[in-house]
Amino acid sequence: MKKNIVYPWYFALVSVIIYGIFSVLPGLIGIGYSFTDWSAYSNELHFVGFKNFAEVFSGNSDYLRYIENTLLFTIVTTVFKTGLGLLFAIALSSKIKFQNFHRGVLYMPSVLPILVTGLTFTSILNPKMGFLNNFLRAIGLDALAMKWLVDPKIAFFSVMGVDIWRGTGYIMTMLIAGIAAIPKVYYEAGSIDGANGWQRFRYITLPMLKQTIAVTIVLNVLYGLKVFDIIYALTNGGPGHRTEVMYTAVFKMMSKGLYAEGTTISSVMFIFMVIIGFFMIKILTKDEVVE
Amino acid sequence: MSKRSAYLTQAVLQNILAWVASLMVIVPMVLIIINSFKADGETMAISAQLPKLWHPENFATVIEKGKLVRSFLNSLLYAGVSTVVTVLFGSMAAYIFSRRRSGFVSFLYMFVILGMVIPVNYVALTKVMQLTGLNNTSLGIILLYVAMQTPFTVFLIFGFVSKVPVELDEAAVLDGCSPLRLYFSIVMPLLKPALITASVLCFLNTWNEFTMPLYFLNTSEKWPMTLAIYNFFGQYEMSWNLICADVLLTCAPVIIMYLLCQRYIVGGQTAGAVKG
Repeated sequence: MKKNIVYPWYFALVSVIIYGIFSVLPGLIGIGYSFTDWSAYSNELHFVGFKNFAEVFSGNSDYLRYIENTLLFTIVTTVFKTGLGLLFAIALSSKIKFQNFHRGVLYMPSVLPILVTGLTFTSILNPKMGFLNNFLRAIGLDALAMKWLVDPKIAFFSVMGVDIWRGTGYIMTMLIAGIAAIPKVYYEAGSIDGANGWQRFRYITLPMLKQTIAVTIVLNVLYGLKVFDIIYALTNGGPGHRTEVMYTAVFKMMSKGLYAEGTTISSVMFIFMVIIGFFMIKILTKDEVVE
Repeated sequence: MSKRSAYLTQAVLQNILAWVASLMVIVPMVLIIINSFKADGETMAISAQLPKLWHPENFATVIEKGKLVRSFLNSLLYAGVSTVVTVLFGSMAAYIFSRRRSGFVSFLYMFVILGMVIPVNYVALTKVMQLTGLNNTSLGIILLYVAMQTPFTVFLIFGFVSKVPVELDEAAVLDGCSPLRLYFSIVMPLLKPALITASVLCFLNTWNEFTMPLYFLNTSEKWPMTLAIYNFFGQYEMSWNLICADVLLTCAPVIIMYLLCQRYIVGGQTAGAVKG
Protein backbone atom coordinates (compact mmCIF):
# COMPACT_ATOMS: atom_id res chain seq x y z
CA MET A 1 0.00 0.00 0.00
CA LYS A 2 1.57 3.28 -1.09
CA LYS A 3 1.02 5.84 1.65
CA ASN A 4 1.40 8.85 -0.60
CA ILE A 5 -1.37 7.59 -2.88
CA VAL A 6 -3.79 6.30 -0.24
CA TYR A 7 -3.26 9.34 2.00
CA PRO A 8 -2.82 12.22 -0.45
CA TRP A 9 -1.29 15.38 1.02
CA TYR A 10 -3.93 17.60 -0.58
CA PHE A 11 -6.39 16.42 2.09
CA ALA A 12 -4.61 18.87 4.37
CA LEU A 13 -4.53 21.68 1.83
CA VAL A 14 -7.63 23.70 2.77
CA SER A 15 -6.83 23.73 6.50
CA VAL A 16 -3.19 24.59 5.97
CA ILE A 17 -3.91 27.40 3.51
CA ILE A 18 -6.59 29.14 5.60
CA TYR A 19 -4.52 28.76 8.75
CA GLY A 20 -1.37 29.90 6.97
CA ILE A 21 -2.89 33.03 5.45
CA PHE A 22 -4.79 34.27 8.50
CA SER A 23 -2.61 33.10 11.39
CA VAL A 24 0.99 32.72 10.30
CA LEU A 25 1.26 35.25 7.47
CA PRO A 26 0.18 38.24 9.62
CA GLY A 27 2.76 37.23 12.20
CA LEU A 28 5.51 37.18 9.58
CA ILE A 29 4.63 40.36 7.67
CA GLY A 30 4.05 41.99 11.06
CA ILE A 31 7.74 41.45 11.82
CA GLY A 32 8.57 43.13 8.53
CA TYR A 33 6.35 46.11 9.30
CA SER A 34 7.93 46.58 12.71
CA PHE A 35 11.03 47.87 10.96
CA THR A 36 9.02 50.69 9.33
CA ASP A 37 7.19 53.85 10.35
CA TRP A 38 3.80 52.45 9.27
CA SER A 39 0.94 54.61 10.55
CA ALA A 40 -2.55 55.80 9.69
CA TYR A 41 -1.28 59.30 8.96
CA SER A 42 0.94 58.68 5.98
CA ASN A 43 0.75 56.56 2.85
CA GLU A 44 4.51 56.33 2.61
CA LEU A 45 6.50 53.64 4.35
CA HIS A 46 10.06 54.23 5.50
CA PHE A 47 12.56 51.75 6.79
CA VAL A 48 13.57 52.76 10.32
CA GLY A 49 15.67 49.79 11.41
CA PHE A 50 15.40 48.80 15.05
CA LYS A 51 13.94 52.14 16.15
CA ASN A 52 10.58 50.67 17.18
CA PHE A 53 12.16 47.83 19.11
CA ALA A 54 14.53 50.24 20.86
CA GLU A 55 11.52 52.29 21.89
CA VAL A 56 9.70 49.28 23.30
CA PHE A 57 12.66 48.15 25.35
CA SER A 58 13.91 51.55 26.48
CA GLY A 59 13.27 51.88 30.20
CA ASN A 60 11.36 55.18 30.01
CA SER A 61 8.56 53.99 27.76
CA ASP A 62 5.27 52.56 28.99
CA TYR A 63 5.56 49.51 26.75
CA LEU A 64 7.87 47.73 29.13
CA ARG A 65 5.30 48.15 31.87
CA TYR A 66 2.61 46.53 29.71
CA ILE A 67 4.91 43.57 29.15
CA GLU A 68 5.59 43.36 32.90
CA ASN A 69 1.85 43.53 33.61
CA THR A 70 1.19 40.73 31.14
CA LEU A 71 3.81 38.54 32.80
CA LEU A 72 2.51 39.38 36.30
CA PHE A 73 -1.04 38.54 35.24
CA THR A 74 0.14 35.27 33.72
CA ILE A 75 2.12 34.19 36.77
CA VAL A 76 -0.47 35.14 39.40
CA THR A 77 -3.47 33.64 37.58
CA THR A 78 -1.55 30.47 36.70
CA VAL A 79 -0.46 29.92 40.31
CA PHE A 80 -3.93 30.51 41.75
CA LYS A 81 -5.85 28.58 39.12
CA THR A 82 -3.52 25.61 39.48
CA GLY A 83 -3.47 25.72 43.29
CA LEU A 84 -7.20 26.21 43.78
CA GLY A 85 -7.98 23.87 40.90
CA LEU A 86 -5.93 21.15 42.57
CA LEU A 87 -7.60 21.77 45.94
CA PHE A 88 -11.11 21.55 44.45
CA ALA A 89 -10.17 18.58 42.28
CA ILE A 90 -9.04 16.63 45.33
CA ALA A 91 -12.09 17.65 47.35
CA LEU A 92 -14.40 16.57 44.54
CA SER A 93 -12.58 13.36 43.62
CA SER A 94 -13.24 11.45 46.81
CA LYS A 95 -16.73 10.62 48.01
CA ILE A 96 -18.82 13.69 48.64
CA LYS A 97 -22.54 14.46 48.46
CA PHE A 98 -23.70 16.28 45.31
CA GLN A 99 -20.37 15.53 43.66
CA ASN A 100 -21.61 16.00 40.10
CA PHE A 101 -23.54 19.11 41.03
CA HIS A 102 -20.43 20.79 42.45
CA ARG A 103 -18.31 19.74 39.49
CA GLY A 104 -20.88 21.00 37.00
CA VAL A 105 -21.35 24.32 38.77
CA LEU A 106 -17.64 25.04 39.13
CA TYR A 107 -17.01 24.32 35.46
CA MET A 108 -19.84 26.59 34.30
CA PRO A 109 -17.99 29.96 34.22
CA SER A 110 -15.51 28.65 31.68
CA VAL A 111 -18.18 28.04 29.02
CA LEU A 112 -19.62 31.56 29.30
CA PRO A 113 -18.40 34.36 27.04
CA ILE A 114 -15.44 35.96 28.86
CA LEU A 115 -16.61 39.40 27.85
CA VAL A 116 -20.01 38.87 29.50
CA THR A 117 -18.35 37.71 32.73
CA GLY A 118 -16.30 40.89 32.70
CA LEU A 119 -19.30 43.14 32.12
CA THR A 120 -21.25 41.47 34.93
CA PHE A 121 -18.41 41.95 37.39
CA THR A 122 -18.14 45.67 36.65
CA SER A 123 -21.45 45.93 38.48
CA ILE A 124 -20.72 43.40 41.22
CA LEU A 125 -17.44 45.18 42.02
CA ASN A 126 -18.90 48.71 41.88
CA PRO A 127 -17.54 50.50 44.99
CA LYS A 128 -20.77 52.26 46.04
CA MET A 129 -23.63 50.08 44.85
CA GLY A 130 -21.91 46.84 43.95
CA PHE A 131 -23.12 43.55 45.39
CA LEU A 132 -19.75 42.56 46.83
CA ASN A 133 -19.33 45.71 48.93
CA ASN A 134 -22.99 45.66 50.02
CA PHE A 135 -22.49 42.09 51.13
CA LEU A 136 -19.27 42.88 53.01
CA ARG A 137 -20.94 45.83 54.78
CA ALA A 138 -23.96 43.70 55.65
CA ILE A 139 -21.81 41.13 57.45
CA GLY A 140 -19.81 43.83 59.24
CA LEU A 141 -16.63 43.66 57.19
CA ASP A 142 -16.78 47.31 56.12
CA ALA A 143 -12.99 47.54 56.14
CA LEU A 144 -12.80 45.01 53.32
CA ALA A 145 -15.20 46.96 51.09
CA MET A 146 -12.75 48.44 48.65
CA LYS A 147 -12.81 50.39 45.39
CA TRP A 148 -12.04 47.19 43.56
CA LEU A 149 -11.64 48.32 39.97
CA VAL A 150 -11.07 52.02 40.65
CA ASP A 151 -8.25 52.09 43.18
CA PRO A 152 -4.99 52.00 41.17
CA LYS A 153 -3.30 49.94 43.87
CA ILE A 154 -5.69 47.02 43.78
CA ALA A 155 -7.42 47.24 40.39
CA PHE A 156 -5.06 44.77 38.73
CA PHE A 157 -5.53 42.25 41.53
CA SER A 158 -9.31 42.59 41.25
CA VAL A 159 -9.04 41.85 37.55
CA MET A 160 -6.91 38.80 38.27
CA GLY A 161 -9.41 37.74 40.93
CA VAL A 162 -12.27 37.79 38.45
CA ASP A 163 -10.18 35.81 35.99
CA ILE A 164 -9.33 33.24 38.65
CA TRP A 165 -13.07 32.99 39.45
CA ARG A 166 -13.68 32.34 35.77
CA GLY A 167 -10.87 29.93 34.98
CA THR A 168 -10.37 27.72 38.02
CA GLY A 169 -13.23 25.33 37.25
CA TYR A 170 -11.73 24.45 33.89
CA ILE A 171 -8.37 23.57 35.43
CA MET A 172 -10.14 21.66 38.20
CA THR A 173 -11.99 19.58 35.62
CA MET A 174 -8.78 18.60 33.85
CA LEU A 175 -7.18 17.67 37.15
CA ILE A 176 -10.23 15.60 38.16
CA ALA A 177 -9.82 13.64 34.92
CA GLY A 178 -6.13 13.23 35.73
CA ILE A 179 -6.86 11.96 39.24
CA ALA A 180 -9.49 9.54 37.91
CA ALA A 181 -6.84 8.01 35.63
CA ILE A 182 -4.57 7.08 38.55
CA PRO A 183 -4.96 3.34 39.16
CA LYS A 184 -6.76 2.62 42.45
CA VAL A 185 -4.24 -0.09 43.44
CA TYR A 186 -1.67 2.56 44.35
CA TYR A 187 -4.02 3.99 46.97
CA GLU A 188 -4.91 0.54 48.25
CA ALA A 189 -1.24 -0.33 48.60
CA GLY A 190 -0.71 3.05 50.28
CA SER A 191 -3.38 2.51 52.91
CA ILE A 192 -2.14 -1.02 53.63
CA ASP A 193 1.25 0.53 54.34
CA GLY A 194 -0.49 3.00 56.64
CA ALA A 195 -0.05 6.16 54.57
CA ASN A 196 -2.19 9.07 55.82
CA GLY A 197 -4.13 11.48 53.60
CA TRP A 198 -1.26 13.91 53.16
CA GLN A 199 1.23 11.13 52.38
CA ARG A 200 -1.12 9.61 49.81
CA PHE A 201 -1.41 13.03 48.16
CA ARG A 202 2.30 13.79 48.34
CA TYR A 203 3.65 10.41 47.22
CA ILE A 204 0.89 9.05 44.95
CA THR A 205 -1.44 11.74 43.60
CA LEU A 206 1.11 14.49 42.96
CA PRO A 207 3.74 12.42 41.12
CA MET A 208 1.06 10.70 39.03
CA LEU A 209 -0.51 14.05 38.14
CA LYS A 210 2.72 15.62 36.92
CA GLN A 211 1.86 15.44 33.22
CA THR A 212 -1.68 16.76 33.69
CA ILE A 213 -0.45 19.64 35.84
CA ALA A 214 2.18 20.46 33.21
CA VAL A 215 -0.52 20.65 30.54
CA THR A 216 -2.76 22.88 32.65
CA ILE A 217 0.16 25.19 33.36
CA VAL A 218 0.90 25.45 29.64
CA LEU A 219 -2.75 26.28 28.91
CA ASN A 220 -2.86 28.88 31.70
CA VAL A 221 0.34 30.52 30.52
CA LEU A 222 -0.89 30.65 26.93
CA TYR A 223 -4.17 32.19 28.04
CA GLY A 224 -2.44 34.68 30.34
CA LEU A 225 0.00 35.99 27.75
CA LYS A 226 -2.82 36.56 25.25
CA VAL A 227 -5.39 37.91 27.71
CA PHE A 228 -7.66 40.62 26.32
CA ASP A 229 -11.43 40.19 26.75
CA ILE A 230 -11.63 40.17 30.54
CA ILE A 231 -9.44 43.25 30.94
CA TYR A 232 -11.11 45.11 28.10
CA ALA A 233 -14.50 44.56 29.74
CA LEU A 234 -13.48 45.24 33.35
CA THR A 235 -11.11 48.21 33.20
CA ASN A 236 -9.95 48.65 29.60
CA GLY A 237 -6.42 49.03 30.92
CA GLY A 238 -7.24 51.74 33.48
CA PRO A 239 -6.99 53.36 35.93
CA GLY A 240 -3.95 55.12 34.46
CA HIS A 241 -2.67 52.09 32.52
CA ARG A 242 -2.36 50.15 35.78
CA THR A 243 -4.09 47.11 34.27
CA GLU A 244 -2.78 47.56 30.73
CA VAL A 245 -1.50 44.35 29.13
CA MET A 246 0.01 43.76 25.71
CA TYR A 247 -3.18 43.03 23.80
CA THR A 248 -5.15 45.95 25.29
CA ALA A 249 -2.19 48.22 24.48
CA VAL A 250 -2.08 46.90 20.92
CA PHE A 251 -5.81 47.59 20.53
CA LYS A 252 -5.35 51.19 21.67
CA MET A 253 -2.38 51.79 19.37
CA MET A 254 -4.39 50.34 16.53
CA SER A 255 -7.31 52.72 17.25
CA LYS A 256 -4.92 55.65 17.40
CA GLY A 257 -3.40 54.68 14.05
CA LEU A 258 0.00 53.86 15.56
CA TYR A 259 0.39 50.74 13.45
CA ALA A 260 4.17 50.42 13.66
CA GLU A 261 4.12 50.48 17.48
CA GLY A 262 1.25 48.00 17.56
CA THR A 263 2.88 45.56 15.20
CA THR A 264 6.21 45.84 17.04
CA ILE A 265 4.65 44.82 20.37
CA SER A 266 2.79 42.00 18.59
CA SER A 267 6.01 40.84 16.93
CA VAL A 268 7.90 40.78 20.23
CA MET A 269 5.12 38.54 21.52
CA PHE A 270 5.11 36.46 18.34
CA ILE A 271 8.84 35.72 18.42
CA PHE A 272 8.82 35.07 22.16
CA MET A 273 5.92 32.65 21.90
CA VAL A 274 7.21 30.78 18.86
CA ILE A 275 10.40 30.10 20.84
CA ILE A 276 8.72 28.98 24.06
CA GLY A 277 5.96 27.45 21.94
CA PHE A 278 8.17 24.57 20.83
CA PHE A 279 8.64 23.52 24.43
CA MET A 280 4.97 23.97 25.19
CA ILE A 281 3.95 21.88 22.18
CA LYS A 282 6.36 19.21 23.39
CA ILE A 283 4.56 19.09 26.74
CA LEU A 284 1.14 19.08 25.08
CA THR A 285 2.01 16.28 22.66
CA LYS A 286 4.02 14.11 25.02
CA ASP A 287 3.01 10.42 24.68
CA GLU A 288 0.76 11.23 21.77
CA VAL A 289 -1.64 8.33 22.29
CA VAL A 290 -4.75 9.73 23.90
CA GLU A 291 -6.79 7.46 26.12
CA MET B 1 -12.09 6.52 67.54
CA SER B 2 -9.61 9.30 66.78
CA LYS B 3 -9.16 8.01 63.27
CA ARG B 4 -12.90 8.21 62.82
CA SER B 5 -13.11 11.77 64.09
CA ALA B 6 -10.26 12.77 61.81
CA TYR B 7 -12.16 11.26 58.94
CA LEU B 8 -15.26 13.16 59.99
CA THR B 9 -13.40 16.49 60.22
CA GLN B 10 -12.02 15.92 56.77
CA ALA B 11 -15.48 15.21 55.35
CA VAL B 12 -16.90 18.36 56.96
CA LEU B 13 -14.08 20.53 55.65
CA GLN B 14 -14.46 18.98 52.24
CA ASN B 15 -18.18 19.80 52.14
CA ILE B 16 -17.67 23.34 53.39
CA LEU B 17 -15.04 23.95 50.73
CA ALA B 18 -17.24 22.55 47.98
CA TRP B 19 -20.27 24.62 49.01
CA VAL B 20 -18.33 27.86 49.43
CA ALA B 21 -16.81 27.41 45.97
CA SER B 22 -20.12 26.48 44.37
CA LEU B 23 -21.93 29.39 46.02
CA MET B 24 -19.32 31.80 44.70
CA VAL B 25 -20.27 30.67 41.22
CA ILE B 26 -24.01 30.36 41.78
CA VAL B 27 -24.61 33.68 43.53
CA PRO B 28 -23.58 35.93 40.61
CA MET B 29 -25.69 33.82 38.27
CA VAL B 30 -28.76 34.00 40.50
CA LEU B 31 -28.22 37.75 40.87
CA ILE B 32 -28.32 38.15 37.10
CA ILE B 33 -31.57 36.20 36.87
CA ILE B 34 -33.23 38.19 39.68
CA ASN B 35 -32.11 41.54 38.34
CA SER B 36 -33.21 40.84 34.80
CA PHE B 37 -36.84 40.99 36.04
CA LYS B 38 -36.62 44.34 37.82
CA ALA B 39 -38.19 47.64 36.78
CA ASP B 40 -36.25 50.53 35.24
CA GLY B 41 -34.66 52.64 37.96
CA GLU B 42 -34.67 49.75 40.40
CA THR B 43 -31.28 48.59 39.17
CA MET B 44 -28.44 51.09 39.35
CA ALA B 45 -26.33 48.02 40.02
CA ILE B 46 -26.89 44.30 40.44
CA SER B 47 -28.29 43.70 43.94
CA ALA B 48 -29.69 40.85 46.00
CA GLN B 49 -33.14 42.39 46.56
CA LEU B 50 -35.96 40.59 44.82
CA PRO B 51 -37.87 42.70 42.29
CA LYS B 52 -40.91 44.54 43.70
CA LEU B 53 -42.80 43.52 40.60
CA TRP B 54 -41.55 40.94 38.13
CA HIS B 55 -41.05 42.38 34.65
CA PRO B 56 -40.63 39.59 32.11
CA GLU B 57 -41.24 42.17 29.37
CA ASN B 58 -37.61 43.27 29.91
CA PHE B 59 -36.60 40.44 27.62
CA ALA B 60 -38.84 41.67 24.81
CA THR B 61 -37.47 45.19 25.31
CA VAL B 62 -33.88 43.96 25.08
CA ILE B 63 -34.52 41.83 22.03
CA GLU B 64 -35.96 44.86 20.28
CA LYS B 65 -33.59 47.60 21.54
CA GLY B 66 -30.48 45.48 21.41
CA LYS B 67 -31.41 44.11 17.96
CA LEU B 68 -30.77 40.66 19.34
CA VAL B 69 -32.53 38.67 16.64
CA ARG B 70 -30.12 39.94 14.04
CA SER B 71 -27.03 39.44 16.17
CA PHE B 72 -28.26 36.00 17.21
CA LEU B 73 -28.51 35.01 13.54
CA ASN B 74 -25.08 36.52 12.87
CA SER B 75 -23.54 34.52 15.72
CA LEU B 76 -25.28 31.41 14.47
CA LEU B 77 -23.93 31.98 10.96
CA TYR B 78 -20.34 32.67 12.07
CA ALA B 79 -20.15 29.89 14.64
CA GLY B 80 -22.09 27.38 12.54
CA VAL B 81 -20.30 27.76 9.23
CA SER B 82 -16.84 28.09 10.72
CA THR B 83 -17.43 24.98 12.84
CA VAL B 84 -18.47 22.88 9.84
CA VAL B 85 -15.54 24.09 7.72
CA THR B 86 -13.00 23.74 10.54
CA VAL B 87 -14.06 20.24 11.56
CA LEU B 88 -14.53 18.91 8.01
CA PHE B 89 -11.16 20.04 6.64
CA GLY B 90 -9.41 19.81 10.00
CA SER B 91 -10.34 16.16 10.35
CA MET B 92 -9.11 15.41 6.81
CA ALA B 93 -5.81 17.07 7.66
CA ALA B 94 -5.54 15.26 11.01
CA TYR B 95 -6.19 11.95 9.24
CA ILE B 96 -3.36 12.52 6.75
CA PHE B 97 -1.01 13.79 9.47
CA SER B 98 -1.71 10.77 11.64
CA ARG B 99 -1.35 8.16 8.88
CA ARG B 100 1.78 9.57 7.27
CA ARG B 101 4.17 10.48 10.04
CA SER B 102 7.24 11.28 8.03
CA GLY B 103 9.13 14.05 6.31
CA PHE B 104 7.21 16.98 4.96
CA VAL B 105 3.83 15.84 6.29
CA SER B 106 5.00 15.67 9.90
CA PHE B 107 6.55 19.10 9.44
CA LEU B 108 3.14 20.35 8.27
CA TYR B 109 1.54 18.87 11.40
CA MET B 110 3.98 20.72 13.64
CA PHE B 111 3.39 23.87 11.60
CA VAL B 112 -0.36 23.63 12.13
CA ILE B 113 -0.38 22.81 15.84
CA LEU B 114 2.12 25.59 16.51
CA GLY B 115 -0.99 27.70 15.95
CA MET B 116 -2.12 26.70 19.45
CA VAL B 117 0.61 28.90 20.90
CA ILE B 118 1.34 31.71 18.44
CA PRO B 119 -0.44 35.00 19.16
CA VAL B 120 -2.44 36.82 16.49
CA ASN B 121 -0.87 40.00 15.16
CA TYR B 122 -4.11 41.97 14.71
CA VAL B 123 -2.36 45.01 13.25
CA ALA B 124 -0.76 43.09 10.41
CA LEU B 125 -3.89 40.97 10.05
CA THR B 126 -5.75 44.18 9.17
CA LYS B 127 -3.41 44.54 6.21
CA VAL B 128 -4.13 40.96 5.11
CA MET B 129 -7.87 41.54 5.46
CA GLN B 130 -7.70 44.70 3.35
CA LEU B 131 -5.56 43.10 0.65
CA THR B 132 -7.92 40.15 0.35
CA GLY B 133 -10.96 42.43 0.43
CA LEU B 134 -12.34 40.57 3.45
CA ASN B 135 -12.37 43.43 5.94
CA ASN B 136 -15.86 44.02 7.34
CA THR B 137 -17.37 40.94 5.65
CA SER B 138 -19.08 37.90 7.14
CA LEU B 139 -16.90 35.64 5.01
CA GLY B 140 -13.81 37.29 6.48
CA ILE B 141 -14.91 36.61 10.07
CA ILE B 142 -15.74 33.01 9.21
CA LEU B 143 -12.31 32.45 7.64
CA LEU B 144 -10.62 34.03 10.64
CA TYR B 145 -12.49 31.69 12.96
CA VAL B 146 -11.53 28.70 10.82
CA ALA B 147 -7.88 29.76 11.00
CA MET B 148 -8.14 30.27 14.76
CA GLN B 149 -9.83 26.96 15.55
CA THR B 150 -7.96 24.72 13.10
CA PRO B 151 -4.83 24.03 15.23
CA PHE B 152 -6.66 22.70 18.29
CA THR B 153 -9.19 20.81 16.16
CA VAL B 154 -6.41 19.06 14.21
CA PHE B 155 -4.57 18.31 17.46
CA LEU B 156 -7.68 16.85 19.07
CA ILE B 157 -8.73 14.64 16.15
CA PHE B 158 -5.14 13.53 15.44
CA GLY B 159 -5.13 11.57 18.69
CA PHE B 160 -8.32 9.74 17.76
CA VAL B 161 -7.30 8.80 14.20
CA SER B 162 -4.55 6.51 15.47
CA LYS B 163 -7.21 4.42 17.21
CA VAL B 164 -8.86 3.58 13.87
CA PRO B 165 -7.03 0.42 12.71
CA VAL B 166 -4.90 0.82 9.58
CA GLU B 167 -6.01 -2.69 8.54
CA LEU B 168 -9.38 -1.20 7.61
CA ASP B 169 -7.67 1.14 5.15
CA GLU B 170 -5.67 -1.73 3.67
CA ALA B 171 -8.74 -3.88 3.16
CA ALA B 172 -10.61 -1.00 1.54
CA VAL B 173 -7.73 -0.21 -0.79
CA LEU B 174 -7.52 -3.86 -1.86
CA ASP B 175 -11.21 -3.65 -2.75
CA GLY B 176 -10.40 -0.68 -4.99
CA CYS B 177 -11.60 2.11 -2.75
CA SER B 178 -10.49 5.64 -3.73
CA PRO B 179 -8.74 7.85 -1.12
CA LEU B 180 -11.75 10.18 -0.83
CA ARG B 181 -14.20 7.31 -0.42
CA LEU B 182 -11.91 5.57 2.03
CA TYR B 183 -11.97 8.64 4.25
CA PHE B 184 -15.60 9.63 3.94
CA SER B 185 -17.28 6.23 4.04
CA ILE B 186 -14.93 4.24 6.25
CA VAL B 187 -12.71 6.35 8.49
CA MET B 188 -14.88 9.40 9.12
CA PRO B 189 -17.88 7.49 10.51
CA LEU B 190 -15.54 5.85 13.04
CA LEU B 191 -14.32 9.26 14.15
CA LYS B 192 -17.84 10.42 15.01
CA PRO B 193 -17.32 10.90 18.79
CA ALA B 194 -14.16 12.95 18.15
CA LEU B 195 -15.90 15.00 15.47
CA ILE B 196 -18.82 15.78 17.79
CA THR B 197 -16.45 16.85 20.57
CA ALA B 198 -14.43 19.01 18.19
CA SER B 199 -17.61 20.59 16.79
CA VAL B 200 -19.07 21.42 20.19
CA LEU B 201 -15.84 23.04 21.38
CA CYS B 202 -15.39 24.90 18.11
CA PHE B 203 -18.95 26.22 18.25
CA LEU B 204 -18.66 27.36 21.88
CA ASN B 205 -15.35 29.11 21.28
CA THR B 206 -16.53 30.97 18.20
CA TRP B 207 -19.88 31.86 19.79
CA ASN B 208 -18.03 33.39 22.76
CA GLU B 209 -15.36 35.11 20.67
CA PHE B 210 -15.26 38.88 20.79
CA THR B 211 -11.92 40.21 19.55
CA MET B 212 -12.13 39.41 15.83
CA PRO B 213 -15.46 41.22 15.26
CA LEU B 214 -14.19 44.09 17.43
CA TYR B 215 -11.28 44.59 15.03
CA PHE B 216 -12.81 43.58 11.73
CA LEU B 217 -16.57 44.31 11.71
CA ASN B 218 -17.48 48.00 11.59
CA THR B 219 -21.14 47.88 10.65
CA SER B 220 -23.54 46.97 13.45
CA GLU B 221 -25.71 44.88 11.09
CA LYS B 222 -22.92 42.29 11.03
CA TRP B 223 -22.23 42.15 14.77
CA PRO B 224 -22.45 38.85 16.66
CA MET B 225 -24.05 38.70 20.12
CA THR B 226 -20.86 39.38 22.08
CA LEU B 227 -20.18 42.65 20.27
CA ALA B 228 -23.87 43.59 20.39
CA ILE B 229 -24.01 43.17 24.18
CA TYR B 230 -20.84 45.18 24.62
CA ASN B 231 -22.37 48.01 22.64
CA PHE B 232 -25.67 47.70 24.52
CA PHE B 233 -23.76 47.92 27.78
CA GLY B 234 -22.24 51.20 26.63
CA GLN B 235 -25.65 52.69 25.77
CA TYR B 236 -27.67 51.54 28.78
CA GLU B 237 -25.00 51.67 31.46
CA MET B 238 -27.49 52.41 34.24
CA SER B 239 -30.22 49.96 33.21
CA TRP B 240 -28.85 46.81 34.76
CA ASN B 241 -32.23 45.14 34.46
CA LEU B 242 -31.90 45.29 30.68
CA ILE B 243 -28.21 44.42 30.70
CA CYS B 244 -28.92 41.37 32.86
CA ALA B 245 -31.67 40.28 30.49
CA ASP B 246 -29.22 40.71 27.61
CA VAL B 247 -26.57 38.72 29.51
CA LEU B 248 -29.04 35.88 30.04
CA LEU B 249 -30.09 35.80 26.40
CA THR B 250 -26.47 35.91 25.20
CA CYS B 251 -25.45 33.09 27.53
CA ALA B 252 -28.57 30.96 27.04
CA PRO B 253 -27.33 29.16 23.90
CA VAL B 254 -23.99 28.21 25.46
CA ILE B 255 -25.59 27.15 28.73
CA ILE B 256 -28.10 24.95 26.88
CA MET B 257 -25.29 23.52 24.82
CA TYR B 258 -23.24 22.92 27.98
CA LEU B 259 -26.08 21.06 29.68
CA LEU B 260 -26.78 18.93 26.60
CA CYS B 261 -23.18 18.20 25.59
CA GLN B 262 -21.38 18.30 28.94
CA ARG B 263 -19.85 14.90 28.29
CA TYR B 264 -18.33 15.98 24.98
CA ILE B 265 -17.09 19.35 26.24
CA VAL B 266 -15.41 18.02 29.34
CA GLY B 267 -14.13 14.95 27.47
CA GLY B 268 -12.63 17.02 24.66
CA GLN B 269 -10.99 19.61 26.84
CA THR B 270 -9.43 17.01 29.06
CA ALA B 271 -8.30 14.71 26.24
CA GLY B 272 -4.66 15.30 25.63
CA ALA B 273 -4.15 16.44 29.20
CA VAL B 274 -4.55 13.01 30.69
CA LYS B 275 -2.37 10.16 29.66
CA GLY B 276 -2.83 7.27 32.03
